[in-house]
Amino acid sequence: MKILVCISHVPDTTSKISFTDNHTKFDSNGVQFIIGPYDDYALARAIEIKEATGGTVTVLNVGEADTEPTIRKALAIGADDAIRVNAFPSDSYFVAQQIASIAKEEKYDMILMGRESIDFNGGMVHGMVGEMLGIPSVSPVMKLEVEGGKAKMAREIEGGKEYLEVSLPLVAGCQEPIAEWKIPNMRGIMSARTKPLKVVEPASNDTRTKLSQYQMPAAKGAVKMVSADNVAELVSLLKNEAKVL
Amino acid sequence: MSTHSMATDAKSAKRASQDRFESPDFYQLDDLLTEEHKLIRSSIRDFVKKEISPNIEEWCQNAHFPYEIVKKFGEIGAFGPTLPTEYGCGGLDYISYGLIMQEIERGDSGMRSTASVQGSLVMYPIYKFGSEAQRKKYLPKLASGEYLGCFGLTEPNHGSNPSGMLTNFKDMGDHYLLNGAKMWISNSPKADIAVVWAKNEEGRIHGLIVERGMEGFSTPETHGKWSLRASCTGELVFDNVKVPKENLLPGKSGLGAPMMCLDSARFGIAWGAIGAAMDCYDSARRYAMERIQFDKPIASFQLTQKKLAEMLTEITKAQLLNWRLGVLMNEGKATTPQISMAKRNSVEMALNIAREARQIHGGMGITGEYPMMRHMMNLESVVTYEGTHDIHLLILGAEITGIPAFK
Repeated sequence: MKILVCISHVPDTTSKISFTDNHTKFDSNGVQFIIGPYDDYALARAIEIKEATGGTVTVLNVGEADTEPTIRKALAIGADDAIRVNAFPSDSYFVAQQIASIAKEEKYDMILMGRESIDFNGGMVHGMVGEMLGIPSVSPVMKLEVEGGKAKMAREIEGGKEYLEVSLPLVAGCQEPIAEWKIPNMRGIMSARTKPLKVVEPASNDTRTKLSQYQMPAAKGAVKMVSADNVAELVSLLKNEAKVL
Repeated sequence: MSTHSMATDAKSAKRASQDRFESPDFYQLDDLLTEEHKLIRSSIRDFVKKEISPNIEEWCQNAHFPYEIVKKFGEIGAFGPTLPTEYGCGGLDYISYGLIMQEIERGDSGMRSTASVQGSLVMYPIYKFGSEAQRKKYLPKLASGEYLGCFGLTEPNHGSNPSGMLTNFKDMGDHYLLNGAKMWISNSPKADIAVVWAKNEEGRIHGLIVERGMEGFSTPETHGKWSLRASCTGELVFDNVKVPKENLLPGKSGLGAPMMCLDSARFGIAWGAIGAAMDCYDSARRYAMERIQFDKPIASFQLTQKKLAEMLTEITKAQLLNWRLGVLMNEGKATTPQISMAKRNSVEMALNIAREARQIHGGMGITGEYPMMRHMMNLESVVTYEGTHDIHLLILGAEITGIPAFK
């Protein structure tokens, strides 16, 4: 089983978000970056499948040199080797093209990634990669088992679950509880030092979107406590202050 | 990495998410660390948030040693991380070791004690003074957590003065006959092996590996501790124990051998105590921002700000001292008095911070909802074991004056 896991390099979920350059650039100063949490689930499941059935796990990241600590963590968790496409991941289409270009050459049995990144939350890359390669893509996948050249999956749908059997090769956008996040151990961190991390230049520089500006959500208003036995005041506040009634 | 601290299991996710610990880095000391160091720290922090924080209060309240943590420490690589990979160990440097100890003790000093005894006091002497056969036989099992080990130096009547030890062995031709007793031994009640220091017939101190199951060897548990309640402590009793000759550590004899082990362990404690201090500071800072008195957060009062400012100052100073000591350890240049200074400084600083942080929490600070009382009580052991606070002062005094005051 030859598995590719695509990881994004995203701000930690507790980061304070701010922008520079007239709201056109994310201010990464002092921000801790992590493997996208959904991608981390995909990676954990890929390692489990490799441990159970053998094979290899390659991690891929589209990013500039500053993403390498994030890639090394994926190697420490248990991936065998890594590829970094040396470019800023400017939009989903751009990222999908890089993944598809590498996957065309390498012929992976499965291409796993998170259902979405947690920075731009586009949730489009897996679908695009599937289209570009002409293979099935499924998301969000909560369960993934491989049996006799087929993948058995459970997918979250509105109000329920969908159970699928999909032929390989495939693309999957993963989410919990597909596997539990793995914490790298010290031996893994040590061995990640010498695992191959190949840097390649982007196959194409084609992007389909152009960023105009970022905007922060409006600050949360103050909380007003109303005593439980004072319904009249609550109604008056909702009517006159919040103007929702 | 707060996202990663939330396990999928709903109950542990809820509890682990309560551990919102963030370490202070006021002087940007992270710039002195490698990316690998930072990954090691975040991995052990995630491990602690997942495996220790959700349960530690219950373990301590019930004086329960969670034996299953031994295997988990083995899996994450917390045992003997600086020893070579060929014996199943980490092959990492001393700053990595320090960071591992810091993060584990941030969780709990008792848990850190379990790990530092195994690594510095059991695996280190077997690696340093043991034969190749001994290394191959014991180190991989100790690294993986299949074996738990303990270290027997202190005796009921010989604590600060280990050279006066009474435990002894006689050469019986095909084996040694070991007699005596050791006290205050972390891990002893559950240990599979003990590295025991005893005098031969000429009064020379040697290390011997004693295995559980050897006739005449017992490990009674010490009950009623108000400190390190999640770690098990006991005695080692040797009543005519026949120890095979191949279990003697051949590499070094004399008191210098166990003292070398203690240097390694004390280095880990110097880092570990900062972890406990940071946990108390982090909790106090958060609580001071949230607790309202006189219609404003108590963090707005000057006396609270003084406490917080002094805590951060002391933590930052200790971080710098430890980092430099780590570099000296990596270069093989660290001296015993330098290690004494760091151990002494860190533990005293941590004890003071635990008390001040407890005060900021008011009455809430005495409950198990917050970690200060647990750290404070743990640190009473830490300030005593591996060389008491006073002995480290005298080691420094002897270094400065050339006159040992403890002989």
